[in-house]
Amino acid sequence: MKIIVLLKRVPDTEAKILINQEGTGIREDGVKFVINPHDEYGIEEGLKLKEKLADGSKVTVVCAGPEESTEVIRTALAMGADDAVHVCDPALSNSNPFTIAEVLAKAISAEGFDIIFCGKQGIDDDMAQVQGILAEKLDIPQVNNATVFEMAGDCRSAKLSRRIEGGDEKVETSMPAIISCDKGLNEPRYASLPGIMKAKKKEIRKKSLADLGIEGIPGAGRSRILKWLPLPKGGECRIVAAEETADAVRELARLLREEAKVI
Amino acid sequence: MRFQFSDEERMIQKTVRDFASKELAAVVEIANRDGLFQEEIYGKMAGLGLMGITVPEEYGGVNFGTFCLAVVLEEISRVCPSTAVAVSVHNSLANHIVLAYGSGDLKAKYLPGMASGGTIGVYALTEPDAGSDVSAIRMSAVRKGHEYILNGSKIFISTGDRAGVIIVIARTDPGSRTRGLTAFLVEPAFPGFSIGKVEHKMGMKASTTVELVFEDCRVPEANVLGREGMGMQIALGSLDGGRIGIASQALGIAQTALDEAVLFGRERMQFGKRLVDFQMTQAKIADMATNLDAARLLVYRAARMRDAGGKCSKEASMAKLFASRIANDAVYDSMQIHGGVGYTEEFRIERFFRDARVTEIYEGTSEIQRLVIAREVLEEYEQMYPV
Repeated sequence: MKIIVLLKRVPDTEAKILINQEGTGIREDGVKFVINPHDEYGIEEGLKLKEKLADGSKVTVVCAGPEESTEVIRTALAMGADDAVHVCDPALSNSNPFTIAEVLAKAISAEGFDIIFCGKQGIDDDMAQVQGILAEKLDIPQVNNATVFEMAGDCRSAKLSRRIEGGDEKVETSMPAIISCDKGLNEPRYASLPGIMKAKKKEIRKKSLADLGIEGIPGAGRSRILKWLPLPKGGECRIVAAEETADAVRELARLLREEAKVI
Repeated sequence: MRFQFSDEERMIQKTVRDFASKELAAVVEIANRDGLFQEEIYGKMAGLGLMGITVPEEYGGVNFGTFCLAVVLEEISRVCPSTAVAVSVHNSLANHIVLAYGSGDLKAKYLPGMASGGTIGVYALTEPDAGSDVSAIRMSAVRKGHEYILNGSKIFISTGDRAGVIIVIARTDPGSRTRGLTAFLVEPAFPGFSIGKVEHKMGMKASTTVELVFEDCRVPEANVLGREGMGMQIALGSLDGGRIGIASQALGIAQTALDEAVLFGRERMQFGKRLVDFQMTQAKIADMATNLDAARLLVYRAARMRDAGGKCSKEASMAKLFASRIANDAVYDSMQIHGGVGYTEEFRIERFFRDARVTEIYEGTSEIQRLVIAREVLEEYEQMYPV
């Protein structure tokens, strides 16, 4: 099988995010970037499927992102993916999900595919849109937020489980399909040192939009980020202190009535 | 001199940091309280390739070098310094000596198992009357046909009870102090080998420390490392790597001491202020952070020089001397910031305080490091300004 895994480079979950002065993005200085954590479940599931099939199946990572994405792509290769396609074009900076899906659809079609894994959403902008649009573009089914994945013996369908409020939903889908992965699906492996060593020799095929035969920026007019703004500052917090709790409550009630005028 | 990390080095650091903070952290308290050697953790570390870091690919290693090993040891030590002991000894002493001095047959026979982590390598030099003074080694090795017969005991051997391969330095010629020593590769299965006394230490409790006893232990002559009489040279030639390893361990200890001091000091309120808002706390934090960075630069320099193939005895000794010193200062100040609770087992600074002490003692005491440094410095002046 040709197994495609989608990858996005995002700021580390522990990074402190600050909007830049121009309001065109975040301040990247000092911010560590990592593989989108949900995408790690996708990589692991792709690798597990390849290992289970053990028939020469190949895992190809596909990433649309800036030059610096090379490092997270290498990490995926170090985890065990076979090769990668990196769509890297200045035209893609701050692009919307339509554009990214359009570009990925072209890159994936050119590669050929039997199944696509991705994370359920990017932890940076939390849009969770690319997989849906991509499914539409490629005209294949999508199953989102998978927590269990089992490929049928003939590889023509798969059974999945999705965690929903209060229970699990069992789903069956035909193949090829795009599966977005949720926490609980698996425990992503580490990039081992032998893996890191081997990744040095694996191929990352770099493509510009022109290489993919794309003119202009597809879907650019559909939606557009106007400006990024920092969060408004929270209000001042006042602590009403008194020797006796009852006195503090009385004072709080007075303040709410007379100063805040909310009761 | 390049201090920046390559992409690979950053990936390796991330892998080990993630592993240590998840898997090692989950078992570390029990392992250190009960003095357990964690088989499972070693299996996992081996699976990540951490037991063959400097071994070439043809023997199943990853061939990443001393700098990478230093980064790995620091990351492990940030969570559990005693787990780093075996990783350091295995990589920087056992693997190194077999690789550098083993015959083709010995390398082919032992290195793949050692690099994959299935076979743990340990290093046995210290005796009751020989440690810093290598030339005082008394353990005898007498040639008999195609074998050597070893008699005597080695003490304070880290992970000696788990070893698959033991590098032993023994005396083959009582007539020569320096040329009378020979290095052997001994398997614990060889007849006449046994484990003696198990030490109960102040710290580093997740690493076992034992006595190895050799009673007419028969070692094939093919298991001589280098040649007969090269033992002293081999022992001294392996010091640099071992010292960079322990210096890296000290970095991890100092980093955690600083982390814990700041995290605790931000929470703890006294006189209506956070501890970190007091200038006397800030002075401690400033010293810890500055010393840590200085130590790290010394360790990185020594490691890069070693990877470049140059002589680095002075630099390795400086790194070991300084990093172990500032690690002890850091755990002391960090515990001071913690106050009374830092002296209890509830807070991990208590464990790091105990673990830190030995970094100034093993792999060459601080006194020995100063001797090495002074000798080199005086030699440099001798060259520049001959008397």
